[in-house]
Amino acid sequence: MLSYQDKGYQQRDSNQARLQKYLGRIFLFLVLVIFSFIILFPFYWVLRTALTSPNMVYSNVKSLLPVEPTINNFLRVLGAIDPQSMIDQGATNISAGKLNFWLFIRNSFIVGLLTTLGQVFFSTTAAYAFARLKFPFRNVIFSLYLAGLMIPGIVLFIPNYVLIKELGWINSFIGIIAPAFLMTPFAVFFMRQFFLNLNTSIEEAAILDGATKIGFFWRVALPLIQGPAITLGILTFITTWNQYLWPFVVGRDESVRMLTVALSVFRAQTPQGAPDWSGLMAGAAVSIVPSILIFIFLGRRVVDSIQFSGFK
Amino acid sequence: MALLSCCLFITLGLTLALFAKHDLASFANNDVFVGYLFIIPSLIGFVVFFLYPAIGALQISFHEWNLLRAPKFVGLENFQDLLTDRRFWRSLRVTLWYVVLNIPIQTVLALFLAIVLDRLSNAFSSLVRGLMVLPWLLPPVVVGLLWLWMLDPLLGIVNAFLGLWHCQTTLLGSPQQVIPTIAGINIWQYTGYTAILFFAGLKTIPKELYHAAAIDGANPWQQFWRITLPLLRPVTVFVLVTSIIGSFQVFDTVAITTGAGPTGGGPAGASSVILFYIFDKIFNRGFDMGLASAASVALFVILIAVTLIQLRLSRGNQSDLAEYS
Repeated sequence: MLSYQDKGYQQRDSNQARLQKYLGRIFLFLVLVIFSFIILFPFYWVLRTALTSPNMVYSNVKSLLPVEPTINNFLRVLGAIDPQSMIDQGATNISAGKLNFWLFIRNSFIVGLLTTLGQVFFSTTAAYAFARLKFPFRNVIFSLYLAGLMIPGIVLFIPNYVLIKELGWINSFIGIIAPAFLMTPFAVFFMRQFFLNLNTSIEEAAILDGATKIGFFWRVALPLIQGPAITLGILTFITTWNQYLWPFVVGRDESVRMLTVALSVFRAQTPQGAPDWSGLMAGAAVSIVPSILIFIFLGRRVVDSIQFSGFK
Repeated sequence: MALLSCCLFITLGLTLALFAKHDLASFANNDVFVGYLFIIPSLIGFVVFFLYPAIGALQISFHEWNLLRAPKFVGLENFQDLLTDRRFWRSLRVTLWYVVLNIPIQTVLALFLAIVLDRLSNAFSSLVRGLMVLPWLLPPVVVGLLWLWMLDPLLGIVNAFLGLWHCQTTLLGSPQQVIPTIAGINIWQYTGYTAILFFAGLKTIPKELYHAAAIDGANPWQQFWRITLPLLRPVTVFVLVTSIIGSFQVFDTVAITTGAGPTGGGPAGASSVILFYIFDKIFNRGFDMGLASAASVALFVILIAVTLIQLRLSRGNQSDLAEYS
């Protein structure tokens, strides 16, 4: 937007203009510094609290560094030490119940990975069919999918809950995974866009070489849309890992409890007046590790996919 | 389940019909066969978990049903009950108040940040652009929990520093402040994501337009109102439609900051948003599925109305850019 490249403008008042431009850039820079601080500080604060000794959480509130640093909170939420032993050593205000976040991490991974694999695979085959093959009712079915994109989750929630309950799938992985395993309208729509953009001449050449439609999909089209498929996989995994409402209702049992549900149960069990903040923050820190890893290694892909979603 | 077996029969029928005509090898090359083979899993998922429940929700809303006895048809009674229930109206008011606080601030802030990023295009700004998606990647439950801790009236770091200026507040513990605070928390989580969308939109605006405007003597403020804003309209509409739909369904953050699970909504119902109302009817009031479904259908109708009004007001599907090219 700053475009005072016009020469006459610069010569007229070049010193003042340069100063103004310089100050402007400093202002923009400061805005971003403040903004980054607001984003990053809570992350630091989670870590700082998780590393603070439980006895010290309620005193030294303003200390910017962990007070009496300890990794016991992490060991405690991961079930490596019994909270009772810490209480015996004089740590007040921590929850006595034994925690086992390893189990909840495992559960979140099982749900996340299975949902991602199923949803990406079946949505990709469907997307290929909608983009590349001609069959009766193709457009009718696809329009129905598009309409499905607009139905708010809460409308589907009640009948789906009843269905899962009647099937006896409450407190089972299959119950948590089922609704998103075979497709979501967004996934099909997302992948279809990429198949539409594939060059048709590749397909014709492959068919001439004797490839069947299935063979073309498997050996030519799939490798070509690998990138978008991985992006969809990342988005699906994050969405599944982060979900709360559905697994809270259908999978509260410890054997299938996901991390988000475990955190809310932990929060509900901790005394109202004196919550176990060091433990809760250690649990929070553990449950955002995948998000951080995805951010570090695949952040660019995520940003690109957001930009894509704005232009569909 | 009836629908499911219907799908299976159609597939079987098609397969057999094709078998009669062709030999096995040509199947892999037949559009119809491969097409149905490829969409069948997703079609089953769609029919069972999207289409059937969507119709089911409407159906249940006309019945009295507590999951124990057989559903009893009651016509529009659930909707009548809903309209006379003061709790329902309160939940609508609370939700609307949340949306009104959340959407404008988040959208304006995101647009401002996108413009800052666009202007200061250097290594630092592209680093910040990556950083911005970080809160969006987190589970809303964790975001709620970490702010619950930071905003704790007695021990939280925010009040500890606000205390330096003697303006400590209770935030989540106060009926007046709880909804603005939750709106603030979600602004923290989603502004970066929204800014990325705006940033991508800014990149599509040809730079020559700004050059031409500058030569004609338009100042940056005029350039913003006359060029940037009109040309960003498709992105703005997308942002507003999707974020308002999401905003009306706020739940996770409220659940974790005001209680844990469907028991929250406090203090004194001040944060009882519409999803809480629905949950309450199911899990705290003896599985009143009829009324809960009626409320969810009502929410759907509200969302459709809001979206249609927005699209009408903004002519979102047209881009002004077409006039320039």
